[in-house]
Amino acid sequence: MATDTSTSTKFDVRDAEAEEKVEARVGLRYTLSQVRRDPTALAGLFIIGLTTTVALIAFVDSTVFEQLSKIGFFANLGVEKYWLAKTFWYSPVHEPAGAEILRPPFGLTNELYPNRPGTLDHPLGTDHRGRDVLSRLFYGTQIAITVGIVSTGIAMILGTLVGAVAGYYGGWVDDALMRAAETLFAIPFLVLVIAFMTAFGRNLMFAMIGVGIATIPTFARLIRSRVLSVREEDFIEAARAAGVRDRNIILRHVVPNSFAPVLVQATLQVGINILIIAGLSFLGYGAQPPTPSWGQMLSSSRNYMLPNPWFSIWPGVAILVTVVGFNLLGDGLRDALDPRINN
Amino acid sequence: MSEPLLTVENLQTQFFTEEGVVRAVDGISFEVNEGEIVGLVGESGAGKSVATSSIMRLVENPGEVVGGTVRYRDEVLVGFEEGPDGERRRSPEMLSEAEMRTRIRGREIAIIFQDPMESLNPVFKVGDQLREFIEINREVSKAEAREIAVDMLREVGIPEPEERYDDYPHQFSGGMRQRVLIAMALACEPNLIIADEPTTALDVTVEGQILDLVRDLQAKYGTSFIWVTHDMGVVAEICDRVNVMYLGEIVEQAEVDDLFYDTKHPYTEALLRSIPRPDQTVEELNPIEGVMPEAINPPPGCRFHTRCPDAREVCRRAHPAYQDVTGDEPPHRVSCVKYEDVGYEDSDPLETAATGAFGGGLVEARGESDE
Repeated sequence: MATDTSTSTKFDVRDAEAEEKVEARVGLRYTLSQVRRDPTALAGLFIIGLTTTVALIAFVDSTVFEQLSKIGFFANLGVEKYWLAKTFWYSPVHEPAGAEILRPPFGLTNELYPNRPGTLDHPLGTDHRGRDVLSRLFYGTQIAITVGIVSTGIAMILGTLVGAVAGYYGGWVDDALMRAAETLFAIPFLVLVIAFMTAFGRNLMFAMIGVGIATIPTFARLIRSRVLSVREEDFIEAARAAGVRDRNIILRHVVPNSFAPVLVQATLQVGINILIIAGLSFLGYGAQPPTPSWGQMLSSSRNYMLPNPWFSIWPGVAILVTVVGFNLLGDGLRDALDPRINN
Repeated sequence: MSEPLLTVENLQTQFFTEEGVVRAVDGISFEVNEGEIVGLVGESGAGKSVATSSIMRLVENPGEVVGGTVRYRDEVLVGFEEGPDGERRRSPEMLSEAEMRTRIRGREIAIIFQDPMESLNPVFKVGDQLREFIEINREVSKAEAREIAVDMLREVGIPEPEERYDDYPHQFSGGMRQRVLIAMALACEPNLIIADEPTTALDVTVEGQILDLVRDLQAKYGTSFIWVTHDMGVVAEICDRVNVMYLGEIVEQAEVDDLFYDTKHPYTEALLRSIPRPDQTVEELNPIEGVMPEAINPPPGCRFHTRCPDAREVCRRAHPAYQDVTGDEPPHRVSCVKYEDVGYEDSDPLETAATGAFGGGLVEARGESDE
């Protein structure tokens, strides 16, 4: 290996300085550093972080504790459904007379306290059946976040695959896939989703799947346009020349290089889908009562608009803030990932 | 001499565009022997890169290899035969797309691309790209592939290869990336490497280092090369044998010394004259006059006659045969009517882009008297 040492010393001189000059313009760390400088994106990140935390706590307090309470060991510790809420929130001392049955979040009806504005006991008031609005909003957060992310995830994964395959192969594959996607686009969105749910089932799961499928074309078209330029890059040719399978070229080389706009769109789409599914719930096609979803709360509040406007305002505010959060982050990401805006 | 490693015969690649058929590669033939560096020289648009992609069967729509044979050892990479209806169709021996991928690409024949800045995937760690290619083409585990990758990085002169393995391409300079690409090509231990203008994007000092590196590695591994370039200086530096391409055809082929000292074709001559020299100013440069015609509608007769300083009437009519003109071994093949018995001497000189501005210089160069 005598030649090795001589070659490596001979060639290394320029490298250190060259490295200084090259600025990292790709990668997660770079994107995050850009987002950190952008106050609106930070605000969005904060809102999303807050709602996600709330959703997680609500999930633990309801579903996780419910499951744990079935295990003897935890049951002996006192774990039960709504354990956190009962311990820290519901306080018998402040309980108005006859409110024994008033339990967060949506236990039994307190007929004594329907349609009340905010009080110390019920900061956001009660709904038409006397249930605490704040606690219903609290537990509804999980549904909002879940439906937003799951429906967007379905659309993003399928849309990315469809768009990447169409863009990479071109020709009749492209024509077939993209015409199919456009056909999906041509049908009015809500009609499509409602037809889907009518066929398969009127519950949240099919709402998520339906909205996910209906938004596939958005992602497919977006990534296809990027793939069309990425597939002409030399490193794709290099991978083909090295004998890499098409599947791996698409998944490992094409998609990661085309993904930035999809990420932006996905962030925005989470907000949009939360709104859409809230709308579906409002129309009666989403979560069914008594599940506390924001859209469904809006739906039941519309009959009590005059006696109890707060009942419809608070779920609206919750939806608004969450959607704005995702939009702010999406805009911030778009700025961070767009090299033209950086300079 | 033993069987050549790669034989290309009458290879034809055409692009079917809306304006018409572009004959990007129009019947080229050459051979590559074991351990040899064969140059493929010509201006931009001569069809060099299309020729190399055709060998690898990487030509994309609307392009298509339509004729000829490419044989690598016993494998037929490209082959055609006459069907019963007289139609030209793919011969059954021709490797399938899957066989090309699993047996030839990367494993037997590798490509080093022109632009080191664009040929590495920006979202992949350099080492992982190298490892991916090794895993595909050599039967090794992930850990072994990683080891080989680090060794290859060291081999091509990347300092601290273990640390640089986890760097991204943007953290490498151009010369360093070219080294990585060379490592990628070599790592799968191919017998033939197609280097598609690998030093064009680099500055001269780095180019020199890369050429040194390739020469060292070639001596060590005995790999054959097809070296695509438009730079006659690089050809002189590195090639054993040279093919000069013009407008989809090979116009001259010779051992590198023969080509430089006993130039036969006026195009090669013009290429050699257009090399910038330190003792000349820009005004004194001798570029080849005119631009290369479109391959979609090549000139009749000799394709170079529109720019040839020696063009005569007959060049417009007769398409020159590609033949050996010295009779010696190794052969010196050239495609020019000057070396054929078709009446070149009696034909009238032709007015071309080159005869006016350029003719005097050439006459002088040949030691003939200036009129």
